[in-house]
Amino acid sequence: MQPTAHTAHTETHDAHHEDQGFMRKYVFSTDHKMIGLQYGVTALFFLFFGFCLMLMMRWKIAHPTLPVPLVGPLLASLFGEVAAKGIMSPDLYNSFGAMHGTIMVFMAIVPLAFAAFGNFVVPLQIGAPDMAFPRVNMASYQAYVIGGLIMFVSFFIPGGAAQAGWTSYSPLATAIPTDGQTFWLIGMIFLITSSLLGAVNFIATIIQLRAPGMTWMRLPFFVWGQLVTAFLLLLAFPPLEAAGVMQLMDKVAHTSFFLPTGLAVGGNLANVSGGGSPLLWQHLFWFLGHPEVYVLILPAMGIVAEIIANNTRKPLWGYKSLVYSALTIGFLSFIVWAHHMYLTGMGTRVATFFQTTTMIISIPSVIILTCFFISLWGGSIRFNTPMLFVMAFLPMFGIGGLTGLPLGFNYSDLHLHDTYYVIAHFHYIVAPGTIFAMFAGIYFWYPKITGRMMSEFWGKVHFWSSLVFMNLIFQPMFAQGMAGMLRRMADGGANYSQAVVGADAKGGLSAQVMGLHTYILWAAVGLAIAQIPFIVNLFWSINHGKKVTSDNPWQSTTLEWQTPTPPPHGNFAQVPDVHRGPYEYSVPGQTADFSPQNQAS
Amino acid sequence: MSDQHSPDHFSHHVRRYLFVFYALLFGTLITVGASFIPFGNHAVNIGVALIIACGKAFLVAGYFMHLISERKMIYGIMAFTAFFFIGLMFLTIWSMKDFPTFATH
Amino acid sequence: MDIPYTVAPRQDTGLYNAKVGIWLFLASEVMLFGALFSSYILLRVGAAEEMWPQGWLNVPVGTANTLVLITSSITTVMAWASLKMNQFNKFKFYHACTILLAFTFVGIKSYEYHDKFNHYEFTLANGTFADGHMHENHLKQEGAAWTGYAIIQGHVVTEEAELYNLKKHKQPSHSEVRVEGPQIKKMSNYGPWHNTYTAIYFTLTGLHALHVIGGALVIGFLWGPGSKMWKTDPERFTNRIEISGLFWHFVDLVWIFLFPVLYLL
Repeated sequence: MQPTAHTAHTETHDAHHEDQGFMRKYVFSTDHKMIGLQYGVTALFFLFFGFCLMLMMRWKIAHPTLPVPLVGPLLASLFGEVAAKGIMSPDLYNSFGAMHGTIMVFMAIVPLAFAAFGNFVVPLQIGAPDMAFPRVNMASYQAYVIGGLIMFVSFFIPGGAAQAGWTSYSPLATAIPTDGQTFWLIGMIFLITSSLLGAVNFIATIIQLRAPGMTWMRLPFFVWGQLVTAFLLLLAFPPLEAAGVMQLMDKVAHTSFFLPTGLAVGGNLANVSGGGSPLLWQHLFWFLGHPEVYVLILPAMGIVAEIIANNTRKPLWGYKSLVYSALTIGFLSFIVWAHHMYLTGMGTRVATFFQTTTMIISIPSVIILTCFFISLWGGSIRFNTPMLFVMAFLPMFGIGGLTGLPLGFNYSDLHLHDTYYVIAHFHYIVAPGTIFAMFAGIYFWYPKITGRMMSEFWGKVHFWSSLVFMNLIFQPMFAQGMAGMLRRMADGGANYSQAVVGADAKGGLSAQVMGLHTYILWAAVGLAIAQIPFIVNLFWSINHGKKVTSDNPWQSTTLEWQTPTPPPHGNFAQVPDVHRGPYEYSVPGQTADFSPQNQAS
Repeated sequence: MSDQHSPDHFSHHVRRYLFVFYALLFGTLITVGASFIPFGNHAVNIGVALIIACGKAFLVAGYFMHLISERKMIYGIMAFTAFFFIGLMFLTIWSMKDFPTFATH
Repeated sequence: MDIPYTVAPRQDTGLYNAKVGIWLFLASEVMLFGALFSSYILLRVGAAEEMWPQGWLNVPVGTANTLVLITSSITTVMAWASLKMNQFNKFKFYHACTILLAFTFVGIKSYEYHDKFNHYEFTLANGTFADGHMHENHLKQEGAAWTGYAIIQGHVVTEEAELYNLKKHKQPSHSEVRVEGPQIKKMSNYGPWHNTYTAIYFTLTGLHALHVIGGALVIGFLWGPGSKMWKTDPERFTNRIEISGLFWHFVDLVWIFLFPVLYLL
């Protein structure tokens, strides 16, 4: 090593950072905290956009022939014929549906849960000055923005956005003659690249840049969650990227990777070579698709862990179990994917294999939830806003997880596949599950970023109203699904309701089941209104929130709270020395009820 | 990797690299040659070609990429990757091959 | 605080940051090409026995390309070894060879691609198939019909399967064949759209070629403007050569499997 070269480098390095212009500091930043904020703001925008798509979809389902209130004329002027007179056509509904899923999963939740929170918190929590590869970090954000823009723009091209579901099954995806799917595929390639670069960065950072004394078993569980998530992204995304390239070739180069021989479109034999396999797309998609759902939940579980430990003032129960469960989930998630494909004509042996692995993977999830529940026992619980969201997460995720079991069993899935039951199941996990953890994380880490607290009162309003309305939206969907209502129908199943097919027809949807659409719509509107206090609180508190009186307002043990507010470039003035585990709360014999990790003994 | 070996020690490594190079050239030639041998069952040709390819891959990964003297962390990452890749390949092909051949109703 | 372990390795892992990074990236690349290889197997296994092409690729040309890439692998490792032995000029020489070999590989691949795009298969009205390389193209397409004629160097067969397994069906000598426009029912060159074999061939080799070009650009940059770092931070520069070398060897590794799978089996 050449010391002179390095000190010279350090001096110029620091001097360079003194006078950064606006662009360098806010737009082309390589600082993990700024990049985390960039990811957060962009992801929240897409979350809002995806939410708006959902509102319009729920209107269409409840009132298929009526124009959408308020935005109807806007839709008509933007999209022309497919929204004539403000009434959504089925094609427009399909594109909203496909994009709602795509945007929520790939452009909202993953960037928020993994990239935003991860980027801001992980280097701080492990005692590092930044991510291992800051310029790669910047590149990954830029790839995300480009991918997101391509997806956003696809709404406004002739023919509109992709229409074949977020799952983009072939041959439908390529048979639809518009360009929306092409934009979707190119957008996905950018988004996947962004995730891959991010994953490399996170793993290398966590392996290499832990501060002295920060052993693996002293890491906050949040970091473990992010580490496993990064591995899932790293290894599961590339097959989807390969599939995306192949589907793109099917679309623009007229190959037949996923198009079977003898395919007919619109009554005519398709002019393609054939010989391909639609199932191949499904396998490659779900090879990512299943690990993806663990990408959505693991960062959330990490946030839940931090906030529970902090607000019960006692260590997490079962830290080792939590860690090993997270690792097991990560490993098993790669070999369960075909439980999304039970109805593709799978044989009994393969179905049994996937059913077995699916049942096994529920075990570590239950272990994690159990550890969280037990962690509450005997705690001095502080019921602040982050804690409320996190405590609600536990039963909500419980409902979501347990309702997954009938889907994991091949036999019951025969009845429930592609029904509203599935929608209810996964929304319970993501909405009052992951998104509640996201809200909790925002309320929790807000003072470290801004030096001010968000309003507790409006936080509680936000919490209670969101909890009530989310349950009102998704609980009825279990009943609708079990009654046989299928997914992705623009008219909400009206075409096979008993009103249309008669009361004697087997499987006709009853008036009660159909009537639930109206209640769900009102609950969705309620949920929308419930977010207003949050959005106002978020912006208003930047300048008017209660100022914190210390750098560690929650009296937390983890390293991100042992820095100035906000943390400066380089995070720590000196390399921190870690002396203890992450959750040393209420240690007998200590005067304070918490011992920060880097506090000298 | 920092200077584990002095420049003189490195010439020993260079000889090893050259040896691997010759082995790779040889491996290429026998791969091509073996593909012309009529074993009767095409599966045997596939097997032979893949075994030779794996051998060549082992040489490139082991010596050119220093994997044979690399640290446990790297082994771990690549071992998991190999497992998942094989899982993807095997399970996908198994799913395509296993389907019901009888009516269930 | 500066980011540690950018050059010096971390004690417990024994690695410097970029090395962890590149191996992680290579792991993702294994999954990427692995998915494509799995797709290849699936498509091949799912195809009818006689209708999966064999012998469509030129084995001597492919072998030459394999030898080119293997040679570039040894020059890559020698370039790094030269830096380890403080021989900067030898590094320059070896990596210049690497870059030249990379361009040779891409050049040969372009020739192969061009050959495929020039190779046509016609389905004729009388149920036969004309197949060969285009010499003169005087065809004009109007809707779904053709006028004019084309001269190809090839042959005519009665069973389409005769065009597929070239190992089983001995090739008759090629001669000039005139194909009349009005006789053509279907016409396609051997591009990706021709059948799933050409589709996966172009996708696999195309993606691989993009990696060759990308790798060559990075090595080219490090050989040229990037080599200034040798004077200010030789150890860090050597590590960069090692990292780019690891990527290059991976590209060679993929070809080691691509060649027999696509060309020989």
